[in-house]
Amino acid sequence: MLPMETKLTPPETVLSLEHIAVRFGGLLAISDMTFSVREHEVVSLIGPNGAGKTTAFNVITGFVRPTEGRIVYRGRVLNGMKPHEVADLGLVRTFQKTSLFDRNTAFDNVLIGLHRRGKRKAWEILLALPRVAREEKMLSEEAERILDFVGLSRRAYELGGALPYGEQRLLEVAVALAARPEFLLLDEPVSGMNPTETRNFMKMLDKIREQGITILLVEHDMRMVMGVSDRVVVLNHGRIIAEGQPEEIQRNPEVIEAYLGQGATRAAD
Amino acid sequence: MRRWLGWLWVAFLVSVPLWMTDLYYLHVLIITGIFIIASMSLNLLLGYTGQLNLGQVGFFGIGAYTSALISLGFELKLTDNFALAVDPHPAWLGFVFGVILSGFAGWVVGRISFKIRGAYFVIVTISFAEVMRLVALNWVSLTQGPMALNNIPPFTVDIPGVWEAELYGKVPNYYIVLAVGVVSYIVIRRLVRSRLGRAMIALKENEPLATSVGIDVTRYLVLAAVVSAAMAGAAGSLYAHYVRIIDPDVFLFIYTVTMVIMVITGGKGTLAGPIVGGLIFGVVPELLRDTTRPEVQWIIYGGLMIAIVFFLPNGIVPAVHQWWRSRVSRAGVAVPLSEAP
Repeated sequence: MLPMETKLTPPETVLSLEHIAVRFGGLLAISDMTFSVREHEVVSLIGPNGAGKTTAFNVITGFVRPTEGRIVYRGRVLNGMKPHEVADLGLVRTFQKTSLFDRNTAFDNVLIGLHRRGKRKAWEILLALPRVAREEKMLSEEAERILDFVGLSRRAYELGGALPYGEQRLLEVAVALAARPEFLLLDEPVSGMNPTETRNFMKMLDKIREQGITILLVEHDMRMVMGVSDRVVVLNHGRIIAEGQPEEIQRNPEVIEAYLGQGATRAAD
Repeated sequence: MRRWLGWLWVAFLVSVPLWMTDLYYLHVLIITGIFIIASMSLNLLLGYTGQLNLGQVGFFGIGAYTSALISLGFELKLTDNFALAVDPHPAWLGFVFGVILSGFAGWVVGRISFKIRGAYFVIVTISFAEVMRLVALNWVSLTQGPMALNNIPPFTVDIPGVWEAELYGKVPNYYIVLAVGVVSYIVIRRLVRSRLGRAMIALKENEPLATSVGIDVTRYLVLAAVVSAAMAGAAGSLYAHYVRIIDPDVFLFIYTVTMVIMVITGGKGTLAGPIVGGLIFGVVPELLRDTTRPEVQWIIYGGLMIAIVFFLPNGIVPAVHQWWRSRVSRAGVAVPLSEAP
């Protein structure tokens, strides 16, 4: 009989991109991208501007159709699915540019995010059945709980668009969490935050992770990337140039060149 | 608290025929009420999902013609040896069919045209209403074309032994319109204050974010279109059985424009907006009739509209609400937006 330790299977792959290519007319945004994310992992996607990171997010969440390749999430092929169908599978994203329901309160923002948790049909709502009121109460309590989790309770009745920038970014995460993700895609969540806010955000990310949510992160803040990631995938010109643990990536000469090399080479000429 | 205020307002409206003895003004209120119902239906689409339907009158007309034809009876020659003959039915049955058929038309237009948004959607809806007008004008065997459908029976009550009556006259029609108006208001209120209404608002405010949290765009736009169209059809049916004569002019573009004016000035995306805007632009021209010449009436109408849009770009109701909020918040109490009127 085998001892227990050796029976530990490696964590299951939940998301895999297989040979994904995206072309916009003549522009090749991504060429032959293959990588996967395992259950409960935090994986960061890094690379210089224009490397195809956001395009990768758009492909995974159904906003952009890949020209070639397959995206598989828990055994289901995501190709051709609409964004809301992808969200229904538990893959929820945030956006690079701050994206909120600006003219609604923080509380209502989260309440909208809770859409997927509501089950009452139109006819039940039109008849104002008691279960509709019960569900609304449940959703309101849940919205309060989520606002509390990201630390925005005291801002609940302020308009989303009127919040300070750092808090808008927190509210975005709150809206995404409201959709009950199993897999969260965060697109530069701390851009524009000051170091203190970033540190707090990293703590929150740990708590999100403790809830068993897998995270794919696009981020430029290297301290954060190296601090939270289990693995890092480096993109340049739509291609994966390196993949591995944060320490390996930091030492990888190709990565250093992608970030610093061209300027240095040109200076040497 | 606000609900109590609403029922007080309804009680006031119920009392109107008791003290307003001038039947002409009651007539004005009935027509205004019908337009308010149509405006509320337009507001559901324009104010909550952000889609401008400039063919709303198409649904109004479908409701009017369907209801009129069912209550008059008609014969539809489908082939040379098969004809669909419908005997005259009570007006309320016409009303029900008018609502269903216009709701169905809303579903069709919604399915087809929500693939395209913005300006294209506006063009499709205008065309839809214009095509409907041409059908009504040219399908003479069914609609009598420009000769109009005459003698449309009024609503009737037929509870044997208890109450049997024909409801033509201003007072009964006033109450019918009021009842349908109150029901329409409640339907819209329940819808927009629910998860479904939040989904519609979310689509208007930020569609990519809405879809990324799992909101199905087409589904909620089509739902709004169907409810909106059915409600416009109800208004059309009320119109047909009150005026008792309809011709293809019920499809005129100017009626849609009137609805849009009522919604925009009152405040799109608010429950009370179409009612406030409808009362102003339904009643004011008639009040001016006694004192001014027709040309001056329309100048005042236009001036009033420009003034409201210029000084209160969001409409009257949001302006009042904002003023109220600023007063309340100065007193230190926060008011959640979800309790907006």
